[in-house]
Amino acid sequence: MNSFFLFVLMTIALLIAVYLYRVLRGPTVFDRVLGLNGISTKAIILLVAIGTVYERVDMFVDISTGYALLNLVGSLAIAKYLEERGEAF
Amino acid sequence: MSLSELSEAARWVTTPVSIGLILVGLFFLFAAAVGVLRLPDVFTRSHAVSLTDSLGALFLLGGLALYQGFSTNLVKILIVLVLLYLLNPVIAHATVRAALRSGLKPWTREDA
Repeated sequence: MNSFFLFVLMTIALLIAVYLYRVLRGPTVFDRVLGLNGISTKAIILLVAIGTVYERVDMFVDISTGYALLNLVGSLAIAKYLEERGEAF
Repeated sequence: MSLSELSEAARWVTTPVSIGLILVGLFFLFAAAVGVLRLPDVFTRSHAVSLTDSLGALFLLGGLALYQGFSTNLVKILIVLVLLYLLNPVIAHATVRAALRSGLKPWTREDA
């Protein structure tokens, strides 16, 4: 069972690499913001899965909740800033 | 029979179901990654990031929650899932609206 969760962790880490490519290459700045949003979604899932592997889900779930809220504030701030500035690409 | 004993007795059916849910969630996350890599512009890519990604997170976190058995951890993981479903559309909408208002033209078939 533990090796199954390690497989899940490895797959999600590889998918994060795909999103990282979009963040680095993305033609516009909005592609980068969307890529960061996808990476943070993966990070939330990754934290819960790591908690399942170490059998400390009660602790890791709290961290992932904080990460989700932090992601909301950061992404909304960037989106609002780019919207106000205009001509951002 | 207490709730924890009931949870232990139900483990032989909840564990395979949770493995199935996790595999379905991984498939959807893989589809979202392919979409992020292949789709042509921001507006189409936002579908992959917000819609398919959220569906994959639903299946994956649901499977991980079911694997915990009936306990506090299940409720906590479900709270994270609800939070994700509240926040992901907000972020995608704000980003795409910023892209549209800053003058980015959506991709059409003529651009291909």
